[in-house]
Parts: sequence; C-alpha cells; structure tokens
Amino acid sequence: MSGRAPAALEAEALTRVYGEGETRVVAMRDVSLRVAAGEVVALLGPSGSGKSTFLTTVGLINPPTAGRVAIGGVRVLDGPRALTDLRAFRRRQLGFVFQKSNLIPFLTARENVQVALELDGTSGRRARAAAHALLEELGVGDRAEHLPAELSGGQQQRVAVARAIANRPALILADEPTAALDGPRGRQVMELFRRIARERGAAAVVVTHDHRALDVFDRTYEMEDGALRPASPPPAPEPGPSPSLTPA
Amino acid sequence: MNLAVRDIRHNAGRFLLTCLGVGLLLMMVMGMGGIYRGIVEDATLLVDRIGADVWVVQRDTRGPFAEQSRVAPSLRDRVATVPGVTAAREFLFHTIQRERRGAPLRLAVVGLSWPDDRGAWGPLLAGRHLAQGHYELIADRSLGLELGEALHLGRETYRVVGITSGMVASGGDGVAFVTVGDARAIQLDLAAEAVRAERAARVARAARDELPAQAPALLERASAPAGELPAVEGRTLTAVLATVSPGRTAAAVRTIASWGDVSAFDAEGQRALLLGGSVAKVRLQIGLFRTLLTVIATIVMALILYTLTLDKLHSIALLKLIGAPNRVILGLILEQALLIGAAGYAVAYAAGSWLFPRFPRRVILAGDDLAQLALIVLAISLVASLLGIAKALRVAPAEALA
Ligand SMILES: Nc1ncnc2c1ncn2[C@@H]1O[C@H](COP(=O)(O)OP(=O)(O)OP(=O)(O)O)[C@@H](O)[C@H]1O
Ligand SMILES: [Mg+2]
Repeated sequence: MSGRAPAALEAEALTRVYGEGETRVVAMRDVSLRVAAGEVVALLGPSGSGKSTFLTTVGLINPPTAGRVAIGGVRVLDGPRALTDLRAFRRRQLGFVFQKSNLIPFLTARENVQVALELDGTSGRRARAAAHALLEELGVGDRAEHLPAELSGGQQQRVAVARAIANRPALILADEPTAALDGPRGRQVMELFRRIARERGAAAVVVTHDHRALDVFDRTYEMEDGALRPASPPPAPEPGPSPSLTPA
Repeated sequence: MNLAVRDIRHNAGRFLLTCLGVGLLLMMVMGMGGIYRGIVEDATLLVDRIGADVWVVQRDTRGPFAEQSRVAPSLRDRVATVPGVTAAREFLFHTIQRERRGAPLRLAVVGLSWPDDRGAWGPLLAGRHLAQGHYELIADRSLGLELGEALHLGRETYRVVGITSGMVASGGDGVAFVTVGDARAIQLDLAAEAVRAERAARVARAARDELPAQAPALLERASAPAGELPAVEGRTLTAVLATVSPGRTAAAVRTIASWGDVSAFDAEGQRALLLGGSVAKVRLQIGLFRTLLTVIATIVMALILYTLTLDKLHSIALLKLIGAPNRVILGLILEQALLIGAAGYAVAYAAGSWLFPRFPRRVILAGDDLAQLALIVLAISLVASLLGIAKALRVAPAEALA
C-alpha cells in the first residue's frame, strides 16, 4: 500500500444486472470511483441512468453482480459476496440520506438521531445528549422533541443528516436529498454536507438533479446508461483534499 | 431507548383498542376455566361442608347427589352400632321447583338430622340456625329469599330463619336446609284428594275381606296418617351420614358394605362419584371450548401483530439500513407482543373480576388457573409474533428507499 490515507470509498469495476432474459437490465456497468476522506462528490444523470443503483451498491444494500467495494480502506464486497458483516459495517461507516421518508415516524427528531447512536453502543444518556447537540449544530435543536410529521421538509432533511453523521461515518451517501426542498433550502442542505465533510473528514457522494448547487462539490460525475464519467465542464476545484479518480 | 414503547405511544389509541379486544378474548378463556372450577367446587361443596366420614346409601346406587337413593330410617341405628362410628345422622336430599312471585324457584332441599344437626356447619350471613323441629328453613342467598319470609311448600308454611352463602347443590341450585321430617313432608307433599282416595280404597278392600270383621282394629289403620299409608312413599331417607373416630373409616366402610342392602362411601369416594359423572363431561366440554378460544385468541393476536408489523415495515427497513441488528428488530416485535399479551391479561382479569360475580353460577378464578393462563398468554404472544417476525426479517434494507 502507498503511504497516503485510505480512500473513504473505493469502488472498482462495479456492474449490476437486474433480472434475466426478457427483463434483463444492466443498470450499472464497469463503474469505478475513488473518493478521498473529506471530499464531496456530486452525481448527476437522467432518470434511470443507474445513480441509485450505484449509491445502494456502495451503500451495501444492493449487492453488485461484479466488482469490488472498499470503504475506509476495508474491503467489504467482492462481487455479490460480503467480506464482512455488512449491517454492522453500515452502522459504523455509512450514513444515509434520501429524498424523503428518511425518518422513523414514531420517533421524535432527537430519538431518530439517538437510535443510530445507541445502535452503535453509545449509552442512552450520552446518546441523548449527543443527539441533541447534533440537532443544535444543524439548526433544528428547537424541534428536537417533535415527531417527523410535525417538521418541515427542510427540517426533516437536517434531522436525517444529523442521524447520518451521528456515528462519524467514513462515507455519507445521499440520494436526491434536496428533491423535496425549494432552491435556497436545498442549497443549505448541500452546504451542510460540504461543512460536515470538511469538519469531520467524512466523504460524501450526493445524487442530485439540482445544477444550481453544483459549485458546493469538489467533483461532479455524470451517469449515463449505467456508465460513470466526469461531468463536463468540470467545476472549478475548491480548496480541500485533492480529488482523484482511479481507473479500474 | 425502547422502540416498542415509542411505537405504541405513537399509536396509543389503536394499541389500547387491541389490548381491550385481546383482553376480552382472554377473559373468555379465563371465564371458561373459572366456570369449570365453579362447577367442581359446587359439585363437591355439600360433601365437603357436611363433613361426614362415611356416606351410607341404597345398595348399588351412587347417591345421594349423583343419583336417587332410598334407605330405611332404621339404618341410622344400625350404622350407629358399627365399631368406630361415633355418630350417625339422617340425611334427606331432593330438588323441587316451585313458583315464587311469578318466577320459578328451584330449591335443593337438604333434610338435617334433628336435633343433632341444626345446620351449624353452614356459614350464616344473617339470622340463625334451626331452633325447632318443624317449619323453619335456612336458605342460601342465591335463592333470593328474605329473612323472615314465609314459604308455602306442600300444605305447610316454612319461615326463613337464616341465610347462608355459597351453599349450592351440584346442579347449581341453592340449598334450603330444613329438618329431615320437614324435608320428607315437602317431598311427600301429597294432595288431600290422593290421601282420601287411598283411604277409601283400603276401606273398600277391607269390606271384601273377613279379616276386619274379626279384628276391627285393622280397619282403623285405614285412616292412619298419610305417611303410613302403604301406597304412599314410606318414611325413607336418602342416606345416613356417619362420623367415625380417626383411622377407622376404612374398616367402617368395609363393615357397612358387607351388609348387602346398602353401599358405603368415604368422603373421598363421594367426591369421586360427583366429579367422575356429569362433571367429567362438563370438564371435557369446557376444556374443548377453552382450547378453541385459545386458538382463536392466538390467531387474532397473530393477525394484529402482523398488521402492526406491516405498518412498520418501512421503519424496519430503515432500521436495517442504518445497521440495526436483527436482535433489535426481533425485540421490537416481541416486546409489543408481550405488552399486548400482558395488557390483555390485565384487562381480562379486571373485566372478569367485575363481571363474573354477576353470573348466575359461580366462576372461580383460582390462583393455579390464573398462573396457567399467564403461561398460555405468554405462549400465545410468542407464537402470534412469529408471523410478524418472519415478515420483518425478510424485508430488505433497500426497501427503506421505496
Ligand atoms: N430492483 C430493480 N429491479 C429491476 N430493475 C431495476 C431495479 N432497480 C432499478 N432498476 C432499473 O435499473 C435502471 C437504473 O435504475 P436507478 O434507480 O439506479 O436509476 P436512477 O438513476 O436512480 O433514476 P432516478 O433518477 O429516476 O432515480 C433503471 O432502468 C431501472 O428500471
Ligand atoms: Mg434514483
């Protein structure tokens, strides 16, 4: 191994084929992507191009037909084969944010964050305090004791982000996290990822259709018919860890 | 943080309704057991309370409660001579149905051996025990008679001098205690016309015979009291009850049984007769009902838990996505099942305790039965959650994105 820090995400030659025969769909073909710690990457592409397939595959909930995945320097997938306890790995190393219904409806905002912390072994009282602190940090501290249904879309997404980062994951995966939000609020959430990546050293891969917020990202990729390529023109690099793409 | 409780809190109304429904079902299961206990208790109550060591009844009958029995009054004296017997009492038992204030009144008449037995072994709620040999009656509360009330039975009037509680015969009818003489009078309650007809028949028979002419005293016998008329039931008893000095019961039973005209049972044998007969069938009947209700309760609970799980499927997928181990998801469903079971049990107990005493026959919630039901509820809860658990374990974390 070289001396540099392990990549937050190292996806190698990922291919995902759904169905067979008549219904066979190659949703992702030979996709490789390396994202360094602290890096924030945007993923663009038309509907059905395979963005969610990629995200769920590196999110360890959608086993690839072929290819390898390493997260935080640990090899976790070799083709469809799991090399470790994926659920435990998700708990510690991954944070998820989706378009909507990210939160458990019968838990308050604070409890939604707390549950992630407790699952990772933090004791009840400390988890409670940490959850509260996180919500404060994300500007929804005053809504901590409300149920998701009592929060606005933007507030819900902030709570979801708080839960995603609660266990200090190596990698945050977000699938259209701002689709349900208006422009300014969507941008706020994107900037949140940027800030968290910088402050906590986590990497983030964010699927988005919102071209207005692309300047927030270190790099932008585009998916087309299951294949991944850097978006053109590439946005001006921001200060921060140097992005890199390793070919398979 | 307890997820099960959080979910329940969020769906409190539905959860309460579920507990109420399951609780009422469990109350039925509880009640079925209680009814059986009540029947067993009622069946053996008199035997237990009367406290006789040996029951002497008509040969080869299973009397006096399980079937009719007739023995001669002189049997009492014979029994009293048996070695070990310290006291012998007369006992008469029969059930009558009369009318009181337009409603049927069923009395289990128990004739006590006056004056040795004044019913002192029965617990009194009000009034007193028998104080004279005739026309007094101690009634069980369940009969609804009032203290001091006058009751017309046959051609006599009986006054209620005492009220007991919980004294019922094996059929569930409340007991009325009178002296043996009164009990017989009530039983042989013969219409005046029947007595007159019998006397006329005797006189007519005598007229065809020469014997009365030679012995006129014989004709006088034709006008003897009703109880001594041959065509009318004689002065029989149902049974003779013996008190035996300790340790000599078995010997006394053997001696009496050897007489050939009577059968003898000890108290345990008498209990066995009652429980082995009609009660055994009732037990099977109620047992089957109880089993059916338990199965129904399990199915209902399984369906409820399954739908509760279906409603949470997205949350369960989400929990798996953020790395919750199966233990957490299993716990969520199992805890809810146990909570519903426990709450249902509490509802069943509370509702049953209030409702069952209002039933016409006794429903006894015995400690053993309650503990057994608690175990059954535990098992029901566990079995019922299987369906939901199977569903929850199958859901893929990726479904959280759907
Ligand atoms: N579970 C599945 N079974 C079969 N085909 C699937 C499945 N999931 C996705 N696909 C197919 O794979 C292709 C890629 O889907 P994917 O959801 O990754 O697209 P996407 O880029 O996320 O689209 P969108 O922007 O609409 O969310 C599509 O053609 C889709 O129909
Ligand atoms: Mg998608």
